[in-house]
Amino acid sequence: MAVNRRKFLKIGGASILAFGAKPAADALGISPTEWLDEKLGGFTIPETLLHLFRKPAGSVAGEALTAKRWAMVVNVRALDEEIAEACKEACHRVHNVPEIDNPKHEIKWIWQEEYEHVFPGQQHEHVDEALKKLPFLVMCNHCFNPPCCRVCPTKATFKRKKDGIVLMDMHRCIGCRFCMAACPFGARSFNWIIPWPRAGAEEERRFKGKEPPTPDYPTRAKGVVEKCNFCAERLAKGQIPACVEVSQELCKKKGREPALVFGDLEDPDSEVRQLLRLHYTIRRKPELGSHPNVYYIV
Amino acid sequence: MYDGGKIIAGIIIGLLLLTFPIWYGLGRAAPKPDVKVPVKEKECVEPKAYMKNYHMQLLDLWRDSTVRVAKRSFIAFNGKKYEMSLQKTCMSADCHARKTEFCDQCHNYTGVVPYCWDCHIPPKEEPKRKPEEKH
Repeated sequence: MAVNRRKFLKIGGASILAFGAKPAADALGISPTEWLDEKLGGFTIPETLLHLFRKPAGSVAGEALTAKRWAMVVNVRALDEEIAEACKEACHRVHNVPEIDNPKHEIKWIWQEEYEHVFPGQQHEHVDEALKKLPFLVMCNHCFNPPCCRVCPTKATFKRKKDGIVLMDMHRCIGCRFCMAACPFGARSFNWIIPWPRAGAEEERRFKGKEPPTPDYPTRAKGVVEKCNFCAERLAKGQIPACVEVSQELCKKKGREPALVFGDLEDPDSEVRQLLRLHYTIRRKPELGSHPNVYYIV
Repeated sequence: MYDGGKIIAGIIIGLLLLTFPIWYGLGRAAPKPDVKVPVKEKECVEPKAYMKNYHMQLLDLWRDSTVRVAKRSFIAFNGKKYEMSLQKTCMSADCHARKTEFCDQCHNYTGVVPYCWDCHIPPKEEPKRKPEEKH
């Protein structure tokens, strides 16, 4: 196929336009993908087309807590067994997380872990005994670069662009568990059994508790993966995460500095940033490059 | 035609068997769905006709908006603002407080089995007709 003058000029023109897009976008200070995101309000193009002829959804309620990038600081020195247990209890209560006896079927959003499992890279034979006994609270790290979202074939798990929270859309989860394999922190649990009793599922009732504790939050179906959501549903109502709230109350009662602190990492004046300035903090498995948003003061 | 009688008889019996569901149910149509609309609340988030035809698309939009984009409020056709929540808005005490008297009526009639209630918690109903059925 010969390239005539006319065709050559066409290709040349298109190429100049294409290569010019990047510097033009840089000059405007917004990338085309960011611009598109803004225009579509966070929806994907097919979703936008789908909703084009229907009523647009309203905006975020005024009272919601918002941030550019949510992060948490866990002050392990202010933690004790009782506070850690209270955090776990509060989280699992507000999210209808079932308490299942069989460790193979267990579901956990936030839990206690030993030092050597939390920071395997830092472990050596002369680690302080006191450190080994501390109750390290672990949960989903809401990574800046989440490996779970990269592997999800249905985009059921995704990083919310406006505040960096890694969320699960249970409606889309097909239960392939790629995300569980990808997560380096074991933060995800799979529903091997129907988590709460419902009609026709009597034989699966192998857990404590008869009914979901909160009617306000959905339960999960058998065959989906779940994890901590940084209390996205509470943030929307202007409340801080349940574990943070409970731990801060308990710490106040015990006269300690707060064990869990939640805030905006992008805001230099936030409580989280102040703590990061004051203390030396570490993150879990930083060598993997997932950039966790949960920091530990050890 | 060899064995014509047997073949014709077989065809007739076969046809009778195939059409069994039609003539067996003749004149005994299943009871029409008896949908109870809320007494207190007069208007839904969209006009009745729209809700009848498109409630599933609306719920899909609500679900995607809330879960994926964190847009949680909905401006209804009458200008009122609602929280986009199946459990807290649609099934609230003033609206469709009884799943068995609203959703289930048509869904059972048409044989539609949406999986909403695999996860979402239907409002508590004191047993009325069937005491052994629990939710």
